[in-house]
Amino acid sequence: MAAALGAAAIPGLAACGDSSESAGDGAATGGATSASGGGDLGTVTLGSNYSDEVPREALADALSSFGGEVDVNTVDHNTFQEQINSYLQGRPDEVFAWFAGYRMRFFADQGLATPITGVWDEIGDQYTDGFKQASTGDDDEQYFVPFYYYPWGVFYRKSVFEENGWEVPTTADDFEALCQDAQGAGLVPIAFGDSDGWPAMGTFDYFNLRTNGYDFHVNLMAGEESWESDEVRDAFENWARFLPYHQEQALGRTWQDAAQTLVSGDAATYVLGMFVGQQFPDEERDDLDFFLFPEVNPEFGQDTIEAPIDGFMLSTGVENEEGAMALLAHLGSAEAQQAYLESDPNNVGANSDVDTSGYNALQTKAEELVSGSDHITQFLDRDTRPDFASTVMIPSLQSFIENPGDVASLQTEIEQQKTAIFDS
Amino acid sequence: MSSETTLTTAPRADFEDDPPPTRSRWSLLSGTDRAVVWSMVLLPLAVHVAFVWVPAMASVVLSFTDWNGISEIGWIGGQNYVDATTIYPLFWPAIAHNVIWLAVFFLVATPLGMFLAVLLDKEVAGTRFYQSAIYLPVVLSLAVIGYITQIFLAPEQGMINSALDLDIDWLGNSSINLWAVLVFASWRHAGYVMILYLAGLKGVDPVLKEAAQIDGATQSQTFFKVVFPVLRPINVVVLVITVIESLRAFDLVYVINGGINGLELLSVLITQNIIGEASRIGFGSALAVMLLVVSMIVIVPYLFITYRDMQEA
Repeated sequence: MAAALGAAAIPGLAACGDSSESAGDGAATGGATSASGGGDLGTVTLGSNYSDEVPREALADALSSFGGEVDVNTVDHNTFQEQINSYLQGRPDEVFAWFAGYRMRFFADQGLATPITGVWDEIGDQYTDGFKQASTGDDDEQYFVPFYYYPWGVFYRKSVFEENGWEVPTTADDFEALCQDAQGAGLVPIAFGDSDGWPAMGTFDYFNLRTNGYDFHVNLMAGEESWESDEVRDAFENWARFLPYHQEQALGRTWQDAAQTLVSGDAATYVLGMFVGQQFPDEERDDLDFFLFPEVNPEFGQDTIEAPIDGFMLSTGVENEEGAMALLAHLGSAEAQQAYLESDPNNVGANSDVDTSGYNALQTKAEELVSGSDHITQFLDRDTRPDFASTVMIPSLQSFIENPGDVASLQTEIEQQKTAIFDS
Repeated sequence: MSSETTLTTAPRADFEDDPPPTRSRWSLLSGTDRAVVWSMVLLPLAVHVAFVWVPAMASVVLSFTDWNGISEIGWIGGQNYVDATTIYPLFWPAIAHNVIWLAVFFLVATPLGMFLAVLLDKEVAGTRFYQSAIYLPVVLSLAVIGYITQIFLAPEQGMINSALDLDIDWLGNSSINLWAVLVFASWRHAGYVMILYLAGLKGVDPVLKEAAQIDGATQSQTFFKVVFPVLRPINVVVLVITVIESLRAFDLVYVINGGINGLELLSVLITQNIIGEASRIGFGSALAVMLLVVSMIVIVPYLFITYRDMQEA
């Protein structure tokens, strides 16, 4: 019955948008009509994990042009994630912030999210296939509206590279030579902090993607490939080759502290997401740049980029379906994303129509690299089961960092636990 | 109120002539009194059962399932227990860390707290200041202690490494971080024990100590042979608290790094598996049941023996 209501609501909504705008600029932008549909959309509740000051205010900016009322319920970012299960089963807000990838498909599968195919009919032509794919559940219906993404790469300070006469490396050998050079110059070649456990997942992902390619990554994350395989061993061994160039004592350091060594110019590079920019003072942010993780295996080159997408979903506790659908369409519009990015320029808009002329150098680079990549991955903890990522991979990667010599027994341990978790 | 008292006392006078004095007092109570007694027994019992035993039993039941908090519950027998003890690499280290935690509390922190209490009981100058200073960490929440720990021990910005010009990864090196954390946990626990013990010491009749001294006992003899045995109820409380605090240790390591990388404890593993996105509720429940059993093995026999002895005495 709810689905029938929803189907009815979408055309009604479109009509309403048309009528209210018929006076003037109604034809200006197709995607933005829903955002200014007049005051009859009622109140929509929005569960938000945009809890830091910058994102919270940026989200408010993005919502200000929405036609209805939005009641935003902001919860601390980590708490939101930890409570997501009980939140979605209790009395969730109508629209809630979430992530693309397995994490999205999981809740769709469990029936805790409502399909929003109608919204995609409206905004679909403003998104590339990659984004549509990342928003689609296992039943081929869309459950997710992408908002922004932030690529992972190798970040560096342009001034430090210039001073030392370094070129951006594209292969592992070049990268190793650069690391040795940096060591000689008394710098930390690769800044590293893994006290929270998840940053190392990004490094592992890249060594795995560069060694074994995109398809292997997808199958490994889906539990279909064995962690005891030679491919996984090779990925770990390639990482082990670079481990001596990583900042020591990484397990006691937060990513913020590691970022500070890059900010201060004591580290040459840092493998992290674009949010590393938050740690830079505004006036120095122009000095920050990044490059694709170098090629390890020529078969795969640099064809994949890790670029997690954040966005919004529709819960099952929807009272104002028309308003909620309109809000999702609004959040998917170029207009809303642009308003957001003006206040939080550490991300890149997901909508293809977002005006890139206002982007800073880093955003432009990110957009360029992502659209030039054959494959986009989400991140280890978004591409696989959350229970596997948090209870198995965090301790396993930390134990590798501490003791990179014993990869074989580590692989066995991971595989045994993977089997137990994926079979349950 | 007063009318009730007269009602209950009046029949008692009649019964005083009866030979068997052990006759049920229950029948002496009026209907209102019985209702009051019943409600005083049943209400707390219901609350206790609802909030302690029902969840505990639910955990036991869930520990035999693979429930993820959302989908259908599937019965998998003892598989969670087998998995935890055989292929979960964090399980045995967590047990070991809990045992180390208990040993350090029992052998270092608790005796230290008792020692401080005995010293402060001697009314040295500035007792009140010392009492407050030593008790202060107990007032602070463990989350704050965790934060203080990080201020002291962080690798680059930490106070200890900066002040002593060291380069030790106190919190990141998994072979030393447990000990570093235990220093701070003991700092807090000693204060807790100190205040409990001090209260006990204040209650000891000074005449006992004077008598011992007149009999020529030394300071340490007075304490170990006279005061310590008299303080038995407090000793039981302190011991039970030490065991409980060790087994439920959680906040400090959770604040520091979420209880990973050498700081695994049973309580943390339960949280990591049950709470959060992971939601391995069945597996986490199995861990929780094992923690419950360990706690009961330690506490129940001790309390049983102690209270039996006390009743006999």
